[in-house]
Amino acid sequence: MPSPSHSEADLTGALPLSCRLPATAGVGLKPEHYTAVLSTYPKLGFFEIHAENYMGAGGLPHRYLSRIREDYPLSVHGVGLSIGSAKAIDEGHLDRLATLLNRYQPEVFSEHLAWSSHGGTYLNDLLPLPYTQETLTRVCSHIDRVQERLQRRMLLENPSTYVEFTQSTLSEPEFITDVLQRTGCGLLLDVNNVFVSCTNHHRDPLAYFDALPLSRVEEIHLAGFAEDRDDVGASLLIDAHGCAVASAVWNLYCQVLERTGPVATLIEWDNDIPTFERLVEEAEFADRCLATAWRTHKSSSRYE
Amino acid sequence: MRIDVSRPHGGHISLQAGMNNYEVDFTSALLDTEQPCPANLSAWNGSDPVKRFAVYRNNVVSSLIDALEDTFPVTRELVGDEFFRAMARIFITRVPPKSPVLAEYGDEFPEFIANFSPVQSVPYLADVARLEMFYLTAYHAADATPLDEASFRGALSNADALPSARLQLHPSASVLRSTYAAGSLWAAHQGTIDLATVDPYLAEEILIIRPFWEVLVVPLRPGAGRFIELLANGASFGETALAVSVAFPDFDLTTTLADIIRTGAVVAFNFNEAL
Repeated sequence: MPSPSHSEADLTGALPLSCRLPATAGVGLKPEHYTAVLSTYPKLGFFEIHAENYMGAGGLPHRYLSRIREDYPLSVHGVGLSIGSAKAIDEGHLDRLATLLNRYQPEVFSEHLAWSSHGGTYLNDLLPLPYTQETLTRVCSHIDRVQERLQRRMLLENPSTYVEFTQSTLSEPEFITDVLQRTGCGLLLDVNNVFVSCTNHHRDPLAYFDALPLSRVEEIHLAGFAEDRDDVGASLLIDAHGCAVASAVWNLYCQVLERTGPVATLIEWDNDIPTFERLVEEAEFADRCLATAWRTHKSSSRYE
Repeated sequence: MRIDVSRPHGGHISLQAGMNNYEVDFTSALLDTEQPCPANLSAWNGSDPVKRFAVYRNNVVSSLIDALEDTFPVTRELVGDEFFRAMARIFITRVPPKSPVLAEYGDEFPEFIANFSPVQSVPYLADVARLEMFYLTAYHAADATPLDEASFRGALSNADALPSARLQLHPSASVLRSTYAAGSLWAAHQGTIDLATVDPYLAEEILIIRPFWEVLVVPLRPGAGRFIELLANGASFGETALAVSVAFPDFDLTTTLADIIRTGAVVAFNFNEAL
């Protein structure tokens, strides 16, 4: 196994630990909801933005975000860094990210275990990669570069996938576990992605969770999926972010919280965007699950 | 240039040796449905990976078409949703995004439309698309405070230094000089004027600017567009006024300056004593 470029202890000593988000529910910030947020100031743990939507120089997006940021913790979630790419990280895009993070000083920055750019073309989707020693080394070196340039730890999100590669030699949780160990980054556990991928690849989501170092989970994502079928009629779930969180995913979420204790949880709803009130209701449901997790963990001594 | 709907590549992209073959295969097959599904994909139940790969294909193409629909709503209204999506789909294959910042995507779409033979019967479509791209650019441009009217008039009264002064324009300002009534067509689709009153074949010059938080689309008087362009290119106030007066006999400096003050297009007068 290739040796890590530096130990986790070195990294966490050298880089400021990201301040954690509060272990309550937050929502994705949508332009459709800017005025509702500022007129209602809802009780939410944090807001999350997609980094690439705030890379313009000025205008209303920054005006609203600056005002909202004054009153809420913030998570910046990148969707275009292409950490899974074969080629080196796009330094121009890293510069844009550094500018954004300096401007808003978010509590956390996260990105995906996926690729989205190749040969100067940006494909606007989170694409899968084979899980091999070769891709592992490459992903780790890319995350090392990101953390070095941004001078902060990042969180890595597990993907939703629709195909697998015959050349993979590691399972996804094995791959992610190795990345976390080698780079010192944290885990953004997307419970909907786990449910989608495990359904699509006929795996057990609880076994998936148990194969991960869950103490490294610093944020959870929840979202709704769409349903399709593959060509022999098996369920094929699509990570569409266009509806409410499914009950099966809520159940899994509660089972994860039993293992992790309370963790900052984001409701993602990016398409067919609901009213702000409806989105907040979804966050309130997550808060009820988190309240149960708090009670459980107060009564056990494990997380004191 | 005529653009047809055949594949952009002369043949199959040559495969590089090494581990990133799947990226090459994915990239060509995602954008071009005639390319085969990438090799080495599997499914737990032995089902054909083509159907599963199609999820990625649909994500890529639909999301990029949606992005163009968001940026070009009036262009879309002018040709109808179905036609727009078909046209956008061809554009995406030809000119996929280069950057993850999708607010920048589509700057080549107006030129593509200008050369797209199925819309030759709508010759003003490309200029409406240009206006919409300028609108998006102004929306995201850097913030700057326009010069207030008193300071502006004070600068204009500095008769000795005025001819050599250079004006710093607002970073969001763009001028569209259209051989069609692009601004009126756009305004009609916002409901601010009656489409029945618009002659699409009347040339218009339009200033697109965001002095504060709202983007303004302002029709300009004759010569005003050229006036703003020359100032933006760094010509002095005197050079600009002279050049535009010669080129546009109808040019009226006083009313043009009043318009410019009102739209907030000037941020500063730079009086350079050395000049």
